Amino acid sequence: MAMGVNTLAYFFKETARSLFRNTWLSLAATGTITVSLLILGASLLLVINTNRIALDLEQKLEIRVFLVPNLASNQVKQLEKRIYLVPGVARVSFVSKEKAMEDLRRGLGERKDILAGIKKNPLPDAFQVKMARSEQIANAAAQISSLPGVEQVRYGQGTVEKLLLVTRWMRIAGIIIIGALILAALFLISSIIRLSVFARRQEISIMKVLGATNWFIRTPFLLEGVTLGFLGSFVAVVILYFSYWSFVQQVSMFVPFVPLVADQRLLFNLFGGLVGLGLLVGMVGSFFSVRKYLKV
Amino acid sequence: MIHFYHVSKVYQNGVKALKDVTMHISKGDFLFLVGPSGAGKTTLTKLLLREELPTKGQVIFCGKNVARLKSQEIPLLRRKIGVVFQDFRLLPKKTVYENVAFALEVAGGSRQIIKKRVPEALEMVGLADKQKMFPSQLSGGEQQRAGIARAIVNRPLLLITDEPTGNLDPKTSWELIYLLQEINRLGTTVIMATHAWDIVNALKKRVVALSGGQMVRDEKRGAYGYGG
Repeated sequence: MAMGVNTLAYFFKETARSLFRNTWLSLAATGTITVSLLILGASLLLVINTNRIALDLEQKLEIRVFLVPNLASNQVKQLEKRIYLVPGVARVSFVSKEKAMEDLRRGLGERKDILAGIKKNPLPDAFQVKMARSEQIANAAAQISSLPGVEQVRYGQGTVEKLLLVTRWMRIAGIIIIGALILAALFLISSIIRLSVFARRQEISIMKVLGATNWFIRTPFLLEGVTLGFLGSFVAVVILYFSYWSFVQQVSMFVPFVPLVADQRLLFNLFGGLVGLGLLVGMVGSFFSVRKYLKV
Repeated sequence: MIHFYHVSKVYQNGVKALKDVTMHISKGDFLFLVGPSGAGKTTLTKLLLREELPTKGQVIFCGKNVARLKSQEIPLLRRKIGVVFQDFRLLPKKTVYENVAFALEVAGGSRQIIKKRVPEALEMVGLADKQKMFPSQLSGGEQQRAGIARAIVNRPLLLITDEPTGNLDPKTSWELIYLLQEINRLGTTVIMATHAWDIVNALKKRVVALSGGQMVRDEKRGAYGYGG
């Protein structure tokens, strides 16, 4: 069917009419979609930020390798090379006992007096080992501890495994919540369009007899669903945008070491994705509700 | 133009609506379809519109097997057939003009065509002066004429009317019949399913009688009755 200006005008007229005929229903639909997408967007932001924080913490993870005392310098060099060869190791740096003492002193700050009584440096020489992939940290630590010249290995045993487990569960839970919310929004839009179709079932049956194509009958309902989806997601994105920015500002002011995502491009993609999802949900939801009534 | 070859229709609930019906309708015919309620008159029209498919046999319209039409061809078939309902089925929120224009809008008609044909159709049925009224403001006969205007505005080859006089008084019914005859004279084939024996007897047109899904009579210049 060649779509004339007349047909196009008809589609918009019918869509607007249907939306305004059920003003309260349309508002309720928009509101519910807004709420669903708000929760969805907020949980997405939460997931993105936990991932970011987890990544940050994972990157901070390191293995401290303490050496047996009085190792010859060529033995130290040898050991450094062998640590490099352990799978997953990214970077190895030597921390001499003097440097370790200095760090400790600086870390204690004003309470450095407690070190005053110590004449001989009790700290061992050590290697600081950074991992390329944090999951391998336990294996790498075990391998390193068996190397000659190593007295002890520390990497926060137990804590690391727990942290990795928590971040993995947060990712999985996030995906489940998001899936459930998308389904809820889909169900909601399709219910509203079904009501709208039901209110006009006689009109639809007349249209069929008059020789309307299925697309001609379907389009106003699809537009209605898409409009509801768009309005709902747009409001959600606006609310999300402003509340997230004020949250980021608060956090950066009071707990500046928490690395929140503030990348404009990423957020723009996220919000654009939410609006796109609203449109898609509106379209798919209405498509399925109209289909049933077109089988004549 | 229309051929039914050994058509049977059994609905999913087991009701046998038509049994081995064979008949032919030529272009320009005026045909009364008579028979008691449940005789299969409505099923026959539904098969023509492809709202239902025959269980057995073939329905041919303009050289095409209706059952074999692709889904996108069905709207084109229906645009060649105008339908008038006993209960009018006008859209209550549209004016008479808009109701008639709707048939063209639905078929993708351009603005120029709508502007030209809607007044012509309304003139034909005698509702030119009531085009801005809503269906609820019209009498039954006027509503039925609006329904006819909507059915013919697309210039269909066939006009199917299902008990068009069922809800009308005798005088209005006769005015309607004159209108249908006029439409028929201009070349449109007309099928009228009816219980109105006085009209059938007076007009002496072709009569096809159905009873219990079977065709019991087909007379060139018949009268009402389906006793066999």
